Amino acid sequence: MDVQYETVVGLEVHAELKTASKIFCGCSTAFGAEPNTQVCPVCAGFPGMLPVLNEKVVELAIRTGLALNAEIAEHCKFDRKNYFYPDLPKAYQISQFDAPICKKGYLDIEIDGEKKRIGITRAHMEEDAGKLIHQGDITTTPFSLVDLNRSGVPLLEIVSEPDMRSGAEARAYMEKLRAILLFAGVSDCKMQEGSLRCDANVSVRPIGQKELGVRTEIKNLNSFRALERAVDYEAKRQIEALEDGEEIIQETMTWDEESGVTRSMRSKEEADDYRYFPDPDLPPLFISQEWIDRIRASMPELPDQAQQRLMDEYGLPEYDASIITLSPDTLAFFDECLQVYPDAKTLSNWMMGEMARLLNQNNIEIQEVRVRPEGLVSMLKMIDEGKISGKIAKKVFEEMFMTGKDPEQIVEEKGLIQISDPEVLQAMIAEIIASNPKVVDDYRSGKDKAFGFFVGQVMKKTRGKANPAIVNQLLKEHLDREG
Amino acid sequence: MALTAKEVEDLALKARLKITDAEKEFFAEQLSSILKYVDKLDELDTSEVEPLIYILPVSNRFRADEIRSSASRDEILANGPLVEDFHFKVPKII
Amino acid sequence: MELYELTVHELQKLLARKESSAQEITRSIFSRIHATDEKIASFVTLTEEKAYEKASQIDKMGNYQNLAGIPYALKDLFCTRDIRTTCCSRMLEDFVPPYDSYAGRRLEEAGGILVGKLNMDEFAMGSSTEHSAFFTTRNPWDLQRVPGGSSGGSAAAVAAEQVPFSLGTDTGGSIRQPAAFCGVVGLKPTYGRVSRWGVVSYSSSLDQVGTLTRDVMDAAIILNHISGYDPMDSTSVNTAVPDYTQFLDGEVRGMKIAFPREYFQAGVDEDVRAAVKNALQLYESLGAELEEVSLPCSEYALPTYYLIAPAEASANLARFDGVRYGLRDMEAENVVEMFSQSRARGFGDEVKRRLLLGTYALSSGYYEEYYLKALKVRQLIKQDFERIFADYDLIICPTTTRTAFKIDEEIDDPLTLYMNDILTVPVNMAGLPGMSIPCGFADGLPIGMQIIGRAFDEASMLKAAFAFEQQTEFHRAKPHLEVK
Repeated sequence: MDVQYETVVGLEVHAELKTASKIFCGCSTAFGAEPNTQVCPVCAGFPGMLPVLNEKVVELAIRTGLALNAEIAEHCKFDRKNYFYPDLPKAYQISQFDAPICKKGYLDIEIDGEKKRIGITRAHMEEDAGKLIHQGDITTTPFSLVDLNRSGVPLLEIVSEPDMRSGAEARAYMEKLRAILLFAGVSDCKMQEGSLRCDANVSVRPIGQKELGVRTEIKNLNSFRALERAVDYEAKRQIEALEDGEEIIQETMTWDEESGVTRSMRSKEEADDYRYFPDPDLPPLFISQEWIDRIRASMPELPDQAQQRLMDEYGLPEYDASIITLSPDTLAFFDECLQVYPDAKTLSNWMMGEMARLLNQNNIEIQEVRVRPEGLVSMLKMIDEGKISGKIAKKVFEEMFMTGKDPEQIVEEKGLIQISDPEVLQAMIAEIIASNPKVVDDYRSGKDKAFGFFVGQVMKKTRGKANPAIVNQLLKEHLDREG
Repeated sequence: MALTAKEVEDLALKARLKITDAEKEFFAEQLSSILKYVDKLDELDTSEVEPLIYILPVSNRFRADEIRSSASRDEILANGPLVEDFHFKVPKII
Repeated sequence: MELYELTVHELQKLLARKESSAQEITRSIFSRIHATDEKIASFVTLTEEKAYEKASQIDKMGNYQNLAGIPYALKDLFCTRDIRTTCCSRMLEDFVPPYDSYAGRRLEEAGGILVGKLNMDEFAMGSSTEHSAFFTTRNPWDLQRVPGGSSGGSAAAVAAEQVPFSLGTDTGGSIRQPAAFCGVVGLKPTYGRVSRWGVVSYSSSLDQVGTLTRDVMDAAIILNHISGYDPMDSTSVNTAVPDYTQFLDGEVRGMKIAFPREYFQAGVDEDVRAAVKNALQLYESLGAELEEVSLPCSEYALPTYYLIAPAEASANLARFDGVRYGLRDMEAENVVEMFSQSRARGFGDEVKRRLLLGTYALSSGYYEEYYLKALKVRQLIKQDFERIFADYDLIICPTTTRTAFKIDEEIDDPLTLYMNDILTVPVNMAGLPGMSIPCGFADGLPIGMQIIGRAFDEASMLKAAFAFEQQTEFHRAKPHLEVK
């Protein structure tokens, strides 16, 4: 009998909170500094040094909790998580164990057009460790170098319920979570810089079974694509193993992006025992309702609210609205365009089409592009006014994207103005028809392809600048008239 | 509660203390006698007692999110037993 | 009278009248140290050059306010910028911190002259200085005996007139017990009164910085200088610091003093008991109201301490891993070996014992039975004290069960050694202020009386201590040191 399996995924996401200084000392959190230059005796774990909590960290954690519909704990505390590792200066990480700041939240994802609610178990504040630099791979490097710039950078660890059932769902959760964190202004969420990191817990079980299967944890998935692929791969691996009668071992895996496989990290010689206990250096936190209310009152618009607004006020389809609201910068761009160009659907087509393609291709974020909303709008107006064709517009847009020039200037410089003058086109069409009598015969004997040939010839002659609607009309008149 | 040499070995690994076989025996004996003394606490019924985690009635001690200049890199690295290329150098991880 | 014999307040008077100079005092202090330290062995580091430099600066300024021109020394777990800070451990033998402790900085800013760093039990774990990785300090009253610990060097240096005052730390009695053994005044303030910034942590919820002085006036003066809120220590408390010297008027009339029966029972030597009882009678004759009370949970304080302190220490001392500072085993082939071998070589047996014990108390499966249980008992101990302090101003009892023991007498049996702290540990558990003052002698060895106050009421404690001192001569007694 064939057993059908389902995949069960839970994610642990580490988001770097957007503060100027570290969580327990005044060192800068800026990315990319020279090694060991943003370090002080506190974050280097020197003897006798003591932590003092950055208030902004708590504020951002509360803000995140509210954005994730979570309960904010009235009382919470910090604990020490004990383990030795060369990048962990005190040999304990200050974290939150049994009293996290946020509990019981959720977010909604859309999957195959259906809304699905994913539970969020908890979110807690903690400090980041430093960075180890290896020569090549961690398993083969003869030595490693320790850079403590990251040590003490504030993190919020957000733990989901095992509510996802595929790589696609995991990806949708992660994309939505990122959007929420960005909208709430709590994190930069730059996966390449490590300010948003993700570990996935994956297990499989026969459909209908209640208990969860044995899970493995895939570490450090640093892109959405990696997350989706790794989860799907790992689930498939587990199902195949079970079908072969093997047992799944609870272990930690890494994802090899190049070969597209998960690999077991060499098992440690000892079981983890973090020996958590309350950090006596840090007094507990009391979070008053008043504090929460104050933060709630200052909450910006969140992705779900923005999506609803685009649908209600501009009639944008749900799918488009959900894509536009994946990042606050995209939404801001879109909103700015809408002010002067109310055709929301046309705008969203361009944003989701050409804009997204070029961003992806050049690997940049929308806030970095040289095209400004007014540029996009003037270009769209040129299409509407018949000055350029949609096809030419794509070229113009790419040029705008690369150079930041106005569309008018580009059209001017490159001579891309659409040819709509029937007299100019008439002459051209007459000449083409005259020199291709065979194709004319084909057309007349009912071959539709032949018409396309003539359109192509006109476009070729005009280097794509001919107004296609007018060309079609004139061609038809010519061919039918002479027949 | 008496500790065996094997348990001491496990503890020593957790605490990252290399100990000899003789030390395992020696510490097992000493720790066992300390733990036996500590078992005196069993005389007290604490089922209704809240653990005392913080001795002071203080909460919410914060600093403002302001950058203070870090230490100089030389100062941070000065005590390093092995430093290379402005990093602390450690032997292989695995 | 030599300058080194004078107390802080006596030196202050002399300097204010310009009858001496910082350089003169510093010279006297170093000549005394050089004459005595071969025998006493209080110092692990001397900072002679820097001390003379500072003394000369002060004399040039000619302004002798605060502690200007007063020499002092620090237990060697107070970090000192550009001066080796060892915690008397092989682990930190060559460690030079790039920062000062808060308390040390306050003394520096007040014009104090640091003359050196004092011996202690390694990482403050011990009661005799026999657990120093370097050498054992001798009790100035009997060189065959220990000075107590862990702040043994701090107490011995003050008793031997090597410095007028020193700072120590007290986690379970580490200031009061050596003060009692050496016949000096040792004061452990309320937890949170003095910042722990820059003081190498042993047990963060118990450690507190305090003073060792030759009399109560000096304790009040130094406490004035080191107390107060420090934004860099989240456990330092933001409450007003009074001028403690203003309470020293010799009056105890109407003060309500409790003496807990458990602290006078079996285990306490007859001589010690008698001396403290005599002191209580003196208080009564001065108009204080005395009553016997019970602190039934105090007998559980020591086992509680031996769970909480090692547990916290197991995390606090984990940072000594050979990566950023401290001893590193260079032969190790991978990091696990490097950690384990560096720590094995860097730490002494007593430290290892406590790290293993603390690791055990926090391990999964034992946390509730040991660590959590200890936190609950700690609650009971604190409540015991709160009950008494609802009705009484002070508690008085012996500091130790006996006078200083002989070197090597107790080192082989950890449990016997731990018993040294049985009368002092409850005070740390409850976070209260406590002090030890000399109250008698037995066979030529000093006896200490412990005075315990309400949280943040160091004033009452000092007031009572001063009144006793005014009526007695114990604090004036000096050990007979044959000096070369």
